[in-house]
Formats: sequence, structure tokens, C-alpha cells
Amino acid sequence: MDKTQLLVALGIALFAAGFVGVVIRRNALVMLMCMELMLNGVSLALVCFAQRMGATDGIVLVFLVFVVGAAEIAIAIPILLLLARTRLTLDVEAYADLKG
Amino acid sequence: MIEDLLLGVFAGTAAISAVAMLVARHPMRVAIALITCMLALAGIYALLGVHVIAIFQVLIYVGAVMVFIVYVIMLIDVRDSAYARRYSWMLVPGIVVAVALAAVIADAMWRGAAAPAGPAGATYGVQAFSEAFLNEYWLYFELVSVLLVAAVVAAISVVKLGIGRRG
Repeated sequence: MDKTQLLVALGIALFAAGFVGVVIRRNALVMLMCMELMLNGVSLALVCFAQRMGATDGIVLVFLVFVVGAAEIAIAIPILLLLARTRLTLDVEAYADLKG
Repeated sequence: MIEDLLLGVFAGTAAISAVAMLVARHPMRVAIALITCMLALAGIYALLGVHVIAIFQVLIYVGAVMVFIVYVIMLIDVRDSAYARRYSWMLVPGIVVAVALAAVIADAMWRGAAAPAGPAGATYGVQAFSEAFLNEYWLYFELVSVLLVAAVVAAISVVKLGIGRRG
């Protein structure tokens, strides 16, 4: 198996595992970490293709994705802390009344 | 030869720790599995020759984001109902949909045209990256700084919202 093929397959597997985690787990913090796993799988595929094509632009794009991911966590964690303070749980089924 | 072996080891570690994230009960163990996965990915990036991304993976993700998450796990009492029952009722449909999704993506990637290969074995150190970043993409650099300021302001306002509601 080609090296790029192996790594793209790993990226797909990481994305799928993160997706499963977001859907099946009940802890909001664990769901957030699984979203990070999905993002890591996608950026692995992006790095692979950028390196294969010899494109510096792709590397810059990966860096920008990292920064946006860090900003996302910086917003998401205070929201989770706020939820945990008001309802005293991180179980997402306790927040089922949020749906319209 | 040794590089292929190391690549296999890192890829296996990443895959195993991703599965461990799904079955671990305690959020701290999930966080440790995610840190392992990210470190393995950093090793893969270093083996690919993309050194600058490997460094940022360790500094930004493992050093900043995951430390933040571990800190929050220590702040919150995690032994609530989500600790006793790990999985929601979406367990079986979620796995089925994820397998189908992975199959569709993999099929589309394998049927598509092969990606054109560039200069083989190109490495990206800090110099090549920062020249491209600050010469061609300086506008995005400025936009990223605005985004980070906006994120900090948003985080502070969310925390203030919580304090105002409590008291």
C-alpha cells in the first residue's frame, strides 16, 4: 500500500471514529474531544495531500485550521462550564429541552 | 525502511487510541487517549517532512488545547449520569452511519484521479513556512489575530453571562 493511501485511510478512520464518538457518547466534554479527533483526521488528509503536491499553501492552511480549532475550544469550554454550573451535569440528555 | 516501520507504528498508535476514546468511561482517560493520538499524528507529520506542522501540533493542540481540557475535567465533577451510562440510544445507528460514511468517502477517494505528485520528499521547515506565511498570506495572519481577539472577548462575555445569572 502506498504511503499516502495509508495515511489518507488513517485520516478517514479517525474522522469516522470521531463521528461515532460525537453521536454515541453522552458526556458533552467527551463529545467535544471527539470533534477534535474529527478535525485531526481531516487535517491529516490535508497535510498528506499538501506534502505530496509540494504545496506550501496547504501547510499555511493547516496552520490556520489549527488556530481556528484553538479558538473553537476557547469558546466551547466556557459554554460547557456554564452548562455544568446551571444544570450540575454534563449529560447531554439533560439538555433535551433545548431542541425546539 | 526504518521510516516505514515508524510510520506504521505511529499510524497504529493513532488508530488504537481513537478506538480507546470511544470505549473509555472516564473523561480523563478519553483526554489521555486523544493526547496519545495527537502525539502520534505529530510523529507522522515529522516523518512526512512537514516539521513545522509537527511542532504546531505539539505546541497548539497538546500544549494548549488539551491542557485546557484536562484542567476543565479536573474542575468539573465528572461522576454524573453520563459517567454511569456511557452510550446514548444512538449507539447502533451511529456506528452504522459512521461505517457507511467512511465507506462512501473511501470509495470516492479511491475512484478519483490520483493526486499529482510534486517534488518528492519536500521538507517544510520553519523558514519556508514563515516566508510563505508572511509574504503571501500576511492578510490571513492579521485576520487570525482579529479572530483570536474575538474569541477571547466571547469567552469572557460567556463567563460574565454565567456570573450575572447566578447572582
